[in-house]
Amino acid sequence: MTTIIEVEDLRKDFGPTRALDGVSLEVEQGTVLGLLGPNGAGKTTTVRVLATLLAPTGGTARVAGFDVRTQPDKVRSIIGLTGQYAAVDEKLTGHENLWMVGRLLGMSKRQAHERAEHLLERFRLSDAGDRQVRTYSGGMRRRVDLAVSLVGRPSVLFLDEPTTGLDPVSRLELWEVARELVADGTTVLLTTQYLEEADELADRIVVIDRGKVIAEGTADELKDRTGGRTLEVVVARRDQVGRAQEVLCGLAPPEGVRTDPAARTVAMPVDHDTALAAEAISALTAAEVEIEDFHLNRPSLDDVFLALTGHAAETGEHHDPGEEHGRRFHGPLPGGADELLTDRKAR
Amino acid sequence: MTSVPLDDLAPSSTHDYRRPRGLAAMFHDGAILTWRNLVSLPRTPELVLFTLIQPVMFVVLFNYVFGGSIGQSLPPGVSYAQFLIPGIMVQTIVFGTSATSVGLAEDLQKGLVDRFRSLPIARSAVLSGRIVADTVRLSMVALVLIVVGYVVGFRFEGGLLWGAVMIGFSVAFGFAMSWIMANIGMRVKDPETANTAGFVWLFPLTFLSSVFVPVATMPGWLQPIARNNPVTLVSNLLRELSILGRPAVGTVLPVVLWIIGLTAVFAPMAVNRYRKV
Repeated sequence: MTTIIEVEDLRKDFGPTRALDGVSLEVEQGTVLGLLGPNGAGKTTTVRVLATLLAPTGGTARVAGFDVRTQPDKVRSIIGLTGQYAAVDEKLTGHENLWMVGRLLGMSKRQAHERAEHLLERFRLSDAGDRQVRTYSGGMRRRVDLAVSLVGRPSVLFLDEPTTGLDPVSRLELWEVARELVADGTTVLLTTQYLEEADELADRIVVIDRGKVIAEGTADELKDRTGGRTLEVVVARRDQVGRAQEVLCGLAPPEGVRTDPAARTVAMPVDHDTALAAEAISALTAAEVEIEDFHLNRPSLDDVFLALTGHAAETGEHHDPGEEHGRRFHGPLPGGADELLTDRKAR
Repeated sequence: MTSVPLDDLAPSSTHDYRRPRGLAAMFHDGAILTWRNLVSLPRTPELVLFTLIQPVMFVVLFNYVFGGSIGQSLPPGVSYAQFLIPGIMVQTIVFGTSATSVGLAEDLQKGLVDRFRSLPIARSAVLSGRIVADTVRLSMVALVLIVVGYVVGFRFEGGLLWGAVMIGFSVAFGFAMSWIMANIGMRVKDPETANTAGFVWLFPLTFLSSVFVPVATMPGWLQPIARNNPVTLVSNLLRELSILGRPAVGTVLPVVLWIIGLTAVFAPMAVNRYRKV
């Protein structure tokens, strides 16, 4: 494995504000690094420095061995950047956008045309290729934006919050493309504030907060830091939630048992003891509690983030469709993640 | 060239194409971005409308509403149409330059400038592509005005050659003014603000000049300001070129100096600003 992105002690000040306060990270070639953190943590600043859009105040950043400060054109010729906003010309057609970038990269007219056609087809935009981008849906814009950043076949792709504001289907599509790119050997640096997204895509995760790296590792390693698994039971009848709670309190320390009457859920910590989970289900059945559903949940990255930073990861985007979508993967959290987080914080 | 498989997104550091280098790269990249801006032009209806309708409206309104009274203060033998068209040409072109600030602010806001800056292309390309395309647009405005002018009675009395020189000077002044607008666009970074910031100061600039009325009809304290306004200097030169067909050195020189001076100050400032946005 070769290291393709090397960042060492990177600092960036905007006037009196310190956006990056000594960030160091490394990305191996052909892997996905998830740069995870809340709004304002320094994710986008890191990407902008690596994409040669911002000069760092201190420290070094190298992409494929090229220094972003002294060899920006070398860096630019091997990177692709897809930002939070679809950076395509709305008045040009999808084809024209792709063609233009191909021409700027030095392709002949025919080469640029062929590359544009290939990418349109690959991103299922062939039918819309001759329409102005301003007529595209949000998902199509992101696709064409991603296609534009792939015209020059970059070895390193920066995806800066690529799915922010996307509908769940488009999000899944984008994840799919990202996986294919990585399978083909592209290195991806993904920034996200969606814990689910980092969990889905990233080989390794670097968590940053207030311009500093506060943790790094695989998603599993990060989750292991916050402890064991939880058994969650969804009770069929609301009037049985109380009884289910009594049963579980008989099996585990009562302070660990959480109930949410509204969601009809009861949860207890089981750590790695699956036998305890089975015992709990049997005990509930014996007590004639009607069970609708149950799961063993590992801690979500939400929990990880809270444990690491002492504050919740979400910053005001509670109604983001992607977040709800993300939760579906882990099953419902008792009482919703927010409530759970506040609960833990209080304790 | 072998055809690329459809699903091939694989990274590649070896390409069967090459970017031009140095000065050639500046022209190559600038030309592509000029193309981009020119292709978008007819797809921006409000800009086309503004570009075509506004000068027509001004010519018609001023010529027929004010023409009667202002015409009396003109030298004998000069019709108001003869006086007005060169003035309105300067005014329309000056107003037209404000689209430069809006266009750049839009590109910045939508992340397009970030896109271009993350590509290995000439640093000057975004600005040169914008300004060259805008200069082409301004030339079209000038031609539209000549056509409208001929309808209301304007003529190139001094011959078509001097007429071409007249259009050349007006567009060159627009080019110089565009660099001021480029600075505004890159500083405000928001198209609406850029529109306002690019526009407001153009009213005093163009009205406190000889665009619509002879400076001699203004109050005495205002006359020195109006007389030294570059817009007046350009308007007067355009009139000499279209009416007399032989410009005096004293009229040409200040205009040339303004065009060179504005460009020399504001173009490097804009390029410098672009590096830092």
